[in-house]
Amino acid sequence: MSVLGALIRRDIRIAVRVGGGALIGVLFFLTVVVLMPFALGPDLALLARLGPAILWLGALLASLLTLDRLFTADHDDGSLDLILMSRTPLELVCAAKALAHWLAAGVPLIVATPVLGLLLNLDGPATLAVALTLLAGTPALTFTGMIGAALAVTLQRGGLLLAVLVLPLSIPVLIFGVAASNVAIAGQLSFSTPFSILCALSLASLVIGPFAAAASLRHGLD
Amino acid sequence: MTLTELANPTRFLSLATRILPWLAMLTVVLLAIGLYQSAMAPDDYQQGATVKIMFIHVPNAWLSMFVWGVMSVASLGTLVWRHPLADVAAKSAAPIGAAFTFLALVTGSLWGRPMWGTYWEWDARLTSVLILFLMYLGLIALWRAVEDPSRAARAAAVLTLVGAINIPIIKFSVDWWNTLHQPASVMKMGGSSLDKSFLVPLLVMAVAFSLLFITLHLAAMRNEILRRRLRALQMLQASKPVALP
Repeated sequence: MSVLGALIRRDIRIAVRVGGGALIGVLFFLTVVVLMPFALGPDLALLARLGPAILWLGALLASLLTLDRLFTADHDDGSLDLILMSRTPLELVCAAKALAHWLAAGVPLIVATPVLGLLLNLDGPATLAVALTLLAGTPALTFTGMIGAALAVTLQRGGLLLAVLVLPLSIPVLIFGVAASNVAIAGQLSFSTPFSILCALSLASLVIGPFAAAASLRHGLD
Repeated sequence: MTLTELANPTRFLSLATRILPWLAMLTVVLLAIGLYQSAMAPDDYQQGATVKIMFIHVPNAWLSMFVWGVMSVASLGTLVWRHPLADVAAKSAAPIGAAFTFLALVTGSLWGRPMWGTYWEWDARLTSVLILFLMYLGLIALWRAVEDPSRAARAAAVLTLVGAINIPIIKFSVDWWNTLHQPASVMKMGGSSLDKSFLVPLLVMAVAFSLLFITLHLAAMRNEILRRRLRALQMLQASKPVALP
């Protein structure tokens, strides 16, 4: 366990220091959200209605942007080879790395949501609902995205290919995340139904992601 | 003839070359019978003649899911048994599956216009099939992004198996959600709710389309093996030392 703890600490430390790029995700999130009123026009009622969708899309794209570095940086400096040779199960290592990535790049997005909610004219409960759904949903984005990151590093092609592979897998998360936020805002239907499905998606990806990523790393890097 | 014997590409090639003409002929005959029966099928009392779109739409939709299933089995063959032809099968099935999915979407949308009043509706069945189409395209992009076929094969196999989660979602989307798309009517508990005059042509068409897939798949696999041999020969040629003048 201490190995995994050390790995998580190391990954977070690398991510928040110079050249880590964890906070670039937040900056990108902010930029995407600020761009929306320019495209839609400064209609506050419209922005409030589209707010949850905009926030979710921004968070999805921002988490995709930083996923590229999940394995590439370790592959470039050779530490991925050491990790592959170590006695710790690769599945656990992948899960630890994804957890560290979520703590370093995913949590700041959730923290930034209330500020961005103000820009989109969302009231307090609505912002809280979006932040809550993001808290439940972003682990799924990270853990499914990890599969794409592992494939991309074994193929030495990142960027666009990663986006093409990961985005279809993240559609269910997007659907139920936005649905849960909208239900919480409109307040007519039960919030718990889409929210439980969102949690279920996160839990399922928590199981599937590490195994698929470990398999593709093991088969791809020989 | 077992699966391990087929692992020899040369043996597979000779077998495929022998079978293919017969398969193609059988496919053409069955397709002709199916199309004739579909044309002769009575009009629906509500939908009129547009019900005939079903005879094309439903087999395409079935095949779009079936092909992903074939690719998933082939991916297991790549990852678990390292079967030499498994990745050839997986690679050559992807474009065919994408074509079936595309046709299912197009015919469905053409059918939806007169029946539902819209070409497209974001309901669960339609959306999940669209995701399937996007995943086929992503898989083809993955195959084309990497030069070394065996390296691409293993990456694509992992992605195929992850994407297989979508198949049950498509199948049961009409039961889990209240969708515009109708629920299953051919294969369900307590027998089909389809009348015999529709069911028989539909089943003939389904068999014909499955044979069409097998024919196309075998031909594509043969081409892929030949393409790989050509590539190996070219690499061999390029690596030969050239006598300097």
